[in-house]
Amino acid sequence: MSGRRLRTALAAVVAAAGLAVSGCAPDEAPQAAADGRVTGTVTVFAAASLTESFTRIGRDFEAANPGSTVTLNFAGSSALANQINQGAPADVFASAAPAPMTTVTEAGNADGTPSSFARNQLVIAVSRGNPKGVTGLADLTRPGVKVALCTDQVPCGAAARTALDAAGVALTPVTLEQDVKGALAKVKLGEVDAALVYRTDARAATAEVTGVEFPESARAVNDYPIVALKEAPNPAGARAFVAYVRSAPAQAVLAGAGFQAP
Amino acid sequence: MSVVLDAARRRGRVPAALLIPAGLGLIFLVLPLAGLVVRAPWSTLPQRLTEPGALTALRLSVQTATLATVLCLLLGVPLAWLLARVEFPGRRLVRALVTVPLVLPPVVGGVALLLVFGRRGLLGGWLDATFGITLPFTTAGVVLAESFVAMPFLVIAVEGALRAADHRYEEAAATLGAGRWTTFTHVTLPLVAPGLAAGAVLCWARALGEFGATITFAGNYPGRTQTMPLAVYLALETDLESAIVLSLVLLIVSVGILAALRDRWITGP
Amino acid sequence: MTTPLLDARLVVDRDAFRLDVPLRVAPGEVVALLGPNGAGKTTALRALAGLQPLTAGHVTLDGVDLDRPASRGWIPTERRPIGVVFQDYLLFPHLSALDNVAFGPRRHGVDRRAARATARDWLGRVGLTGQAHRRPRQLSGGQAQRVALARALAVEPALLLLDEPLAALDARTRLDTRAELHRHLSAHPGATVLVTHDPLDALALADRLVIVEDGRVVQEGDGPSVTARPRTDYVARLVGLNLYRGRAEGHGVRVAPELSLTVADRLDGEAFVAFRPTAVALHPSRPDGSPRNTWAGTVAGVQRHGDNVRVQVDGPIGVAADVTPAAAAQLRLIPGQRVWVAVKATETHAYPATG
Repeated sequence: MSGRRLRTALAAVVAAAGLAVSGCAPDEAPQAAADGRVTGTVTVFAAASLTESFTRIGRDFEAANPGSTVTLNFAGSSALANQINQGAPADVFASAAPAPMTTVTEAGNADGTPSSFARNQLVIAVSRGNPKGVTGLADLTRPGVKVALCTDQVPCGAAARTALDAAGVALTPVTLEQDVKGALAKVKLGEVDAALVYRTDARAATAEVTGVEFPESARAVNDYPIVALKEAPNPAGARAFVAYVRSAPAQAVLAGAGFQAP
Repeated sequence: MSVVLDAARRRGRVPAALLIPAGLGLIFLVLPLAGLVVRAPWSTLPQRLTEPGALTALRLSVQTATLATVLCLLLGVPLAWLLARVEFPGRRLVRALVTVPLVLPPVVGGVALLLVFGRRGLLGGWLDATFGITLPFTTAGVVLAESFVAMPFLVIAVEGALRAADHRYEEAAATLGAGRWTTFTHVTLPLVAPGLAAGAVLCWARALGEFGATITFAGNYPGRTQTMPLAVYLALETDLESAIVLSLVLLIVSVGILAALRDRWITGP
Repeated sequence: MTTPLLDARLVVDRDAFRLDVPLRVAPGEVVALLGPNGAGKTTALRALAGLQPLTAGHVTLDGVDLDRPASRGWIPTERRPIGVVFQDYLLFPHLSALDNVAFGPRRHGVDRRAARATARDWLGRVGLTGQAHRRPRQLSGGQAQRVALARALAVEPALLLLDEPLAALDARTRLDTRAELHRHLSAHPGATVLVTHDPLDALALADRLVIVEDGRVVQEGDGPSVTARPRTDYVARLVGLNLYRGRAEGHGVRVAPELSLTVADRLDGEAFVAFRPTAVALHPSRPDGSPRNTWAGTVAGVQRHGDNVRVQVDGPIGVAADVTPAAAAQLRLIPGQRVWVAVKATETHAYPATG
């Protein structure tokens, strides 16, 4: 069995392991029209925290480029990086942290240098109305306060660790969730009193949770890098999408979701 | 000796039309496992294996899967008996309900468990207030989540065995003076022992591999609720090779235990 | 009859079928319920065992009501002083022969050691000491039958029930086992009811036969009286007799509108006439002179029957005749051929149909 085929097979196993993979094998011929407009399908692998804003940006991109289709695959950044390195046919990778992006660039799968397109900050997500009166990280160590963090292996977990260290707070969470949405879900269900999540995630769930800002979050700001991929089936589309994400209309969408400009 | 002859005779009767898809099916199931073996980082294997996290997760997995199987036996065997032997209105509906966890995505099962046993759940609040018991984020929660997902396998296997067993043996026991409970323990259970063992093994294997309901209901915390499948999934976030090693360990342990059990239990009449 | 140990009237309604069988069995007596398949014999046995509740009637054993729907009296199977030998024995496959036999005593509160001693004793009585530790699947059919008998007797039941005890055995084993079974049943001090469709088993094993057809008792009595005076076609066929019912006047019994049989016995009113197939002679033409009972018929079937040839002849009455192979060859008996049938009056046996 050739290495390439094995890698594809492994990617399929990884995908089957429960990762949300939307259609990622478009057969339409990628084209850049003569006038420079983009056609064909652009497949974007994006971090889970980008779900709301990239769905919107994808639609805007399609409107700006008639004949183009944006296919989005949202999952944890590290999982996406793994899929890309195992040969998943993606055009663009947008990561929630530099580390997963590094694994892609080090594997030689990036086309050019990644650029930062947004920054995100942690907030303390508490049940709507903040029944426990949480005002800062120190409150999370009070007895009877259950906290969910992301696991250290994913960006939101790494950021939480940095912020807690900066604040000098020793916190024992009840669970280390596999991604930020999982941590947020535990707050929504009332199983924990608080979780450290991205401001954008808290903002997307204002119906159920309240985001409490805390000063140490400035020490753990997350950079979101984006890059076109070397083995992109649609290289022109890939480059156009990366450029579009950095343009004013897309940046406005990101700001609306709670992201800060890079 | 006769087993070998029987096997040969049986093979002689299998038509190619069955043999070819059977072979393809086997390849389909085994090839991905071969992939894991081929890609395993054999050089760094010993050091990765002795990492404390891996062993902790493995021990927790085996412990919780075993406890879950015990729980499933205690509750599932009587349930299977009820479904197989007692006529009651709505039995078909109950049987359908029992199999629901089979089709429910385990993550949904986890959420459903939270809605019942969680802090704000139907029973969870009462359990907490009355007994001070909270289940989410505890090892007991892992056992519960695994049991929820695995119990249908046991119930279906045991119910099938009970239906297939000749209930006249129970009548014979009654004529010899055995009450219903004695008949159940001394006649019915031994009669269905092979089906019971098969069901328990299936149940254990399903519990061992449980991921979705566990991470949703019990969360993920090393040493307490992080079972092997969770460790594998989280290792995938950063380090594919770690994930492969952990998967291999899970594979070897489960295949080893299942093979041992099969020889000891599932042979016989 | 002495005071019956078992006094029962077994009434069971099931769909369109109704079983209604009165049954009284004295201590030490062996009664066989004999009848064709579907007659309700097994249902009767299950009712006695408590595996089938009665619709009406009663089962009273040693003065205790085991089942009496009218007064809601009910003692479940496991508390009845009974032992059952099932048709296919139902030995517990996961237990050794010894533990199968010890199962009953254990359930009756005997401790393990004593129960095993009892079981060993019973296995000895049925000649299976050497097979005590074998599993049922390692036993031959005859051995399994004897283990089943030992298991049923080990609880010293007041009522022993046997369902087709020899039906699962091959012919050779059956002879030996039948003799041995007879010995054990004779030794059993309680009441014994056995169900069979085989008249030889019934005659060999039972003191009294109760013939059941279609849920009813059609005849009852000891072996000789039943075989000598069958009252239904079923019984007549079982014992190998030609049987006719008709109206008697003196020595004549009118068994068909155009045929009156002359018989040796003299009686009046409804009567049965029975005679053996060997008492029937066949002739190619009307026999001269002597026999009164002659009529013309058509050969309907010819088959070997032991050393003879059994010929079925249709006519005013259907009759079975046993002739020698030589005679059959001489007569060139083939279906459809016309023959004359003759029966000597002295070979017939006539008896009243009532009482």
